[in-house]
Amino acid sequence: MNRVLCRSFLLGFAASALLVSGLVFAIGEIYDFSSPELQERYAELTQELRCPKCQNQNLADSDSEISSDLRREIYLMLEEGQTDQQIKDFLVARYGTFVLYNPPASGVTLWVWLVPVFFALIGILLVWRVLFQASKRPMDLQEGEEDLL
Amino acid sequence: MTPEASKKFLVFAPLAVFILLSVFFFGALKLRETRAVDELTSALINRPFPEFRLQGLDQVLHDQTELQGQVTLVNVWASWCPSCRYEHPFLSELVEAGVPLVGLNYKDTPDEALAWLDFFGDIYDYHIQDRDGRLGLDLGVYGAPETFIVDSQGVIRYKRVGVVDERVWEGEMKDVYLQYGGHIDE
Repeated sequence: MNRVLCRSFLLGFAASALLVSGLVFAIGEIYDFSSPELQERYAELTQELRCPKCQNQNLADSDSEISSDLRREIYLMLEEGQTDQQIKDFLVARYGTFVLYNPPASGVTLWVWLVPVFFALIGILLVWRVLFQASKRPMDLQEGEEDLL
Repeated sequence: MTPEASKKFLVFAPLAVFILLSVFFFGALKLRETRAVDELTSALINRPFPEFRLQGLDQVLHDQTELQGQVTLVNVWASWCPSCRYEHPFLSELVEAGVPLVGLNYKDTPDEALAWLDFFGDIYDYHIQDRDGRLGLDLGVYGAPETFIVDSQGVIRYKRVGVVDERVWEGEMKDVYLQYGGHIDE
């Protein structure tokens, strides 16, 4: 019984995954790249760059007109042989750092980079305390008892 | 620190974390209101108007040098843009007060643009046609309407994303316009 349930769940999951992937591919134009390497970089750039009109969508996922224009521009620049950095600079010069999902480590955005490191350090410290300090505790208690005596 | 003392201290740790996070998130919320728009609009401020050579709705070729010589408003509009209708009456008032206004007809067809102007009234000095949106891209345009203040040297001094109305004009645009030597009839 359980196995049947499990299997139908997996089937349903696979079917919906297929549906969703169909949707993802439906957005965007089909460009003919002169090399697979360019196509790969195109996919990476459009994943990494943010649609200027949208609050939280990248260029690859956005169906807005401006995103479609920017995708065309990225395609043309890639075929012209421009580097990823040149393409990013081109967009930042026009739309600001807003279009970068990886914000530069300066000013207010510095916090975005520092806060996770800060919390990770606290986490490591806690794990270290729980794992290694806990075993010392009986010793501490004994010392306390010695003082009492 | 004795274990007892450190335990007492730990009791306050969640509170401290809570306060820290509250400050951080409220700060971020406040910033968000202004920051997102600022980031988007500041990229072109104090840069020369991008070079272009495009045919106008008047069938004449226009380029960026025509924007020099006086402080000008460049209004990005299109016939498909509902907010452009909304801001049209206020832009008319500005034109009546002697503010030079140039249209950038963005991603439109000449037929529809001219029909729109016939219906609502052509208050512009002339219109640059940006049919494929390439000039718009150089201007960081991501929708219409948008309005730029270009100074007499042809440098962009201000960018407004969205409708220009009395509140926006009196709030900040007028000051920028006057600061760079713009003229308003009294």
